[in-house]
Amino acid sequence: MKKLYNTAAHKGYLLCHTCHLLSKAATHVHSIHCPRCGTRLHSRKPNSLSRTWALTLTAYILYIPANLLPIMTVTMSGKGEPDTIFSGVKELVLGGMWPLALLIFFASITVPVLKLLILTYLLLSVQFKSSWRPKERTILYRITETVGRWSMIDIFVIAILVALVKLGALATIEAGAGAVAFGGVVVITMFAAMSFDPRLIWDALENDHE
Amino acid sequence: MSQMIKAQAESRTHLTACHDCDLLFHIPHLKKGEQAHCPRCGALVMERKGNSLDYSLALALTSLILFFMANFNVLLRMNVGGRTQEENIISGVNELFVQGYWEIAVLVFIVSILAPLLKILCLFYVLIPLRLNTRFPYAKEVFSFYETLSPWSMTEVYMLGILVALVKLADLATINVGIALYSFAALIPFMAATDASLDDHEIWESLEPTD
Repeated sequence: MKKLYNTAAHKGYLLCHTCHLLSKAATHVHSIHCPRCGTRLHSRKPNSLSRTWALTLTAYILYIPANLLPIMTVTMSGKGEPDTIFSGVKELVLGGMWPLALLIFFASITVPVLKLLILTYLLLSVQFKSSWRPKERTILYRITETVGRWSMIDIFVIAILVALVKLGALATIEAGAGAVAFGGVVVITMFAAMSFDPRLIWDALENDHE
Repeated sequence: MSQMIKAQAESRTHLTACHDCDLLFHIPHLKKGEQAHCPRCGALVMERKGNSLDYSLALALTSLILFFMANFNVLLRMNVGGRTQEENIISGVNELFVQGYWEIAVLVFIVSILAPLLKILCLFYVLIPLRLNTRFPYAKEVFSFYETLSPWSMTEVYMLGILVALVKLADLATINVGIALYSFAALIPFMAATDASLDDHEIWESLEPTD
């Protein structure tokens, strides 16, 4: 028999996710609001798994056009050259700008892919009630939550370049549809990370003894 | 006698739940600068910062001034063959809009201009009345909105974007950096310091309705 953990859900307490006040749940009331800040209280984020699945799958689908379509087109002396995320990194490598290439590779390719894979892994592990290394999985979750924003670098670079390089026939830079898809991936994975409830990872430990 | 000691000890601790793993545990009364971590998953559950409101307000005011300097001055200036092209943060948003990519234009506008500005303004709305021992209506909603905005304010990522753009253009043209770039670079540590100086537990406690 496993140790029964003292959790808020077990003892009938609800933690407010807005103001961190702990209140005793009344079982006969349908919806409870935090007595301090008025936020609706939930023991776990509502529909956390299905929401996170839906958002993660959407991000996977959007990730395809984000990589296939050009994120921007540089036109120099009338000759246009569309750039995808990957070809942008390749050009930096060919131009000898290694540190920059690594930075963009990390922010635009490694981070979104890792984020999607980690979210998928966390969802599957919760779905199959895994009790393997919950602490490490919680740390993985915290990483996905904090690192995702850095994927926005490429979008910002495009926003800066399009306004700066407007030299008529000499050189212009235009954004591409890939950037829209990529921005979508970043925003949707951020929402996915927010809708995932790390407490679900720990719930599996409790249901073990039943 | 023993009951009294127990009662005393209990008034010094309070029950809380970990937001990451739901463990229920007592945290002792924290002194300034002390942190409480969850014994099971290690999450930072509480931190007593003990900074005065003046300290946070001073940092927020500095951030606001730097924000306006960063947005109403020239960020980058490019010279190619006698032609000069200037830009600031909003002109990038505008150009994306003109090119028909309104989705990214809106996204960049929110995360680089709107969210940082609203964050600072929300803080003023909550902190100034608290400093004067009063509370404005909807202060709790505003403070909760401030916390919601936090992940969407991406000034530091934008700064890195500027540097990447600078390096990319370096061999193509002469780039001069404007006052806005220095202001923007200064804004980032000040905004981070403002956030770090705030003790959200303490603010929520002071926003609690008095009856």
